[in-house]
Amino acid sequence: MIEPIKPPRRKNPLLRTRLPASPPRPRSRMSHGFTRAAAEGRFMLQRCEACGTFAYPAREACPSCLSAGLAFVDAPRRGVLLAETTARVPSDVYFRERAPWRIGLIKMDCGPMIVAHLHADCAEGAAVSMSLQLDKSGQAVAFARPERETPNMADDKQWREMTADPKFRRVLVTNGRSVIGQEAVTALKAAGAKTVFVGIAEPWRPFAGEERLRGQDGIEIVTLDAADEKSATDLAADIGGKVDILVNTTEYVRPGGLLDRRGTSIARDEIDQAYLGFINLAQAFGPAMRMRGADGINSSAAWVNILSVYALANWPAFGAYSASQAACLSLSHCLRAELRPGGVRVMNLFTGPVDTEWFQTVPPPKVAPRAIAQAIVSGLKDGLEEMYVGDIAEEIRQRLAANPKALERELDR
Amino acid sequence: MTNTLRAPYDGVVIAAPVTIPYMRYSIESAQWWIGRALSALVAQAGIKASDIDGLCVSSFTMGTDSGIGLTQHFGLCVRWLDTIPLGGASAIAALRKAARAVQARDADIVACVAGDTNHVDSFRLTLENFSRFNQDAVYPYGAGGANASFALIARNYMRMFGVAREDVGKIAVAQRANALRNPHALMKAPLTLEQYLAARPISDPIHLFDCVMPCAGAEAFLVMRDETASSLKLPAARLLATIERHNAFADDPMQVRGGWAMDVGELYTMAGVKPDDLDVVQTYDDYPVITMMQFEDLGFCKKGEGAEFVRQHDLTIDGDFPHNTSGGQLSVGQAGAAGAYLGLVEGLRQVLGSAGPTQVRNASLALASGFGMINYDRGLASGAAILVGPSR
Repeated sequence: MIEPIKPPRRKNPLLRTRLPASPPRPRSRMSHGFTRAAAEGRFMLQRCEACGTFAYPAREACPSCLSAGLAFVDAPRRGVLLAETTARVPSDVYFRERAPWRIGLIKMDCGPMIVAHLHADCAEGAAVSMSLQLDKSGQAVAFARPERETPNMADDKQWREMTADPKFRRVLVTNGRSVIGQEAVTALKAAGAKTVFVGIAEPWRPFAGEERLRGQDGIEIVTLDAADEKSATDLAADIGGKVDILVNTTEYVRPGGLLDRRGTSIARDEIDQAYLGFINLAQAFGPAMRMRGADGINSSAAWVNILSVYALANWPAFGAYSASQAACLSLSHCLRAELRPGGVRVMNLFTGPVDTEWFQTVPPPKVAPRAIAQAIVSGLKDGLEEMYVGDIAEEIRQRLAANPKALERELDR
Repeated sequence: MTNTLRAPYDGVVIAAPVTIPYMRYSIESAQWWIGRALSALVAQAGIKASDIDGLCVSSFTMGTDSGIGLTQHFGLCVRWLDTIPLGGASAIAALRKAARAVQARDADIVACVAGDTNHVDSFRLTLENFSRFNQDAVYPYGAGGANASFALIARNYMRMFGVAREDVGKIAVAQRANALRNPHALMKAPLTLEQYLAARPISDPIHLFDCVMPCAGAEAFLVMRDETASSLKLPAARLLATIERHNAFADDPMQVRGGWAMDVGELYTMAGVKPDDLDVVQTYDDYPVITMMQFEDLGFCKKGEGAEFVRQHDLTIDGDFPHNTSGGQLSVGQAGAAGAYLGLVEGLRQVLGSAGPTQVRNASLALASGFGMINYDRGLASGAAILVGPSR
């Protein structure tokens, strides 16, 4: 049974902020098959294509038949906890600060033995459900939870290290004028965020949906125009030390590619808003977030980007927009590397066309802004790094994996 | 009784047991410790360094060196060379290889040596870089090192066979009593069962006195043919039998037995002795529960009867089952790979009658075992050897 975590007290500014430490990071190249699975919340193991044996840890040849065909496949999650131990004096700084730390050895129903972090409600001899999580060093680790939901399950101390749960955290949603932004505010509040700061450029100008944000408990409208470096810096000077999760909802969608546009003015706007806006936000808020990755219950935890799935494959109808999104995607990998020492994760949500005015002429299916907001919350709670929201995004992902050239040709119509 | 087709170790002897007294921390390098051990071997055997024509080295902390670098470092010109990275099984493996080398006359005098230093941070670095499986799938889980891994094995074993902490504690307490007679043991204070039980937990059920203390040190011996030893007028023990096994019982979900259980029949058949005949036993005691497992797997009792065996016997030097007479790694210290040699070198001293304050009266038949390499979830390497002294 887990005691629910308590809301953190107001921080004493005179006390030293605990600095982040990373759990052990080195992994073999093959082992990053687990990283890929964990990033998307899948549970995968290597299985021999020749004899069907499941293997763990990551191997280069099957321990049953020596075949080299060990593909990572989705695997059954069930196992039984055979033995557990509580490490009380680990030799590594990260774990020493967090000791006692509980781990166990699990016999998976599909065969392998897995050393895993344990949820506090796991009991020896009982069944567990295994998942792969990204730890504070950004690497995949196995995590065993009880098979069934237990009270306050998400408040487990070790589980919370693997996630970016909004509960009791303070969130900045960078653009509250968009429907996605407003839905995100509502969803994050419902998920237990203590405060949601909502960025609005020129807040004296009225906007649709304003009544959902104004005067609500725990929602604060702040002045922010991400494309404006000074605006981002000014806001960070105010609240930078208490942004635990940043949700970048910058949205700048314009149709068109190269030849049907004249000049670079629209492309420049796209770059200004999406790409340079991202840079402004990162430079303003990133350093403090990286410092505060181990700052208690409401430590900084995650940065969320909402990107078009056409960042992965250019859609000529929105060709320049796709390119601006690709630039943001590339930059997000840079941000991920730079926030990593702070244990702050960067989650990218890929969406297809959203059900908003700028995609008016695009036929369905389109993604509802509320679905994106719910995905943000569930991704943070599960500690994901990559999410595909909606049918189109998922389809693009699969087609890209199957044959990128086919996708390129077929997006051209 | 098991049959064996293996060629006997006719004419193979072991001599010149060397221990370079351990230090908790050392600013010297592993090469320095290995150099001291080689120097002591030469001095004890009354030979020149140039008489050594075979070298076998084990160490965790030599950095980028292996045996070949050491030949030039120490000015040795050898015609047989090996580097054995088998952790706690290194000594038995070294002995086996060296024995066949001298028997086949590929070499005449093989120096087997293990040494490690212990800088303030070197133990953590060894844990971090132990093996690929460890790096991928163990160390990121609490970084508990061997303590956490053996805690899982110990917990399962103790529950399965109804072993109490008192039972494993008796092993540690007896070894401390032995260590008090060994001037080189790092542990100098007596240990009672009450103190053992009251020790702070490290990784449940492993408590402080279940753990070895990492330290710096070196151990060594020479392997040669009996006529070489005679011509040098060197007291030497004959090698009767050995076994070695890796990754045994891979289908056991958790480790409750080591590779010894697979080969123990052959060990005694080859030696032509029974477990009861042994005068002194040196097990690999990285944790006392692993020692208890060895009592079973080496044939002193049946599987699951280890605790009862410990209850029924006095494991001290003057007891009815003299065991880890130097104090073992638990009380002398674990000098990296030299920990593998500790029992074998002490066993050699015992059958040569040169163990001094830890000498078991009239000891002439000794068994020493090794165990090592917790690569992922279990110790992979195991081995054992039986030696007989000149008095028998």
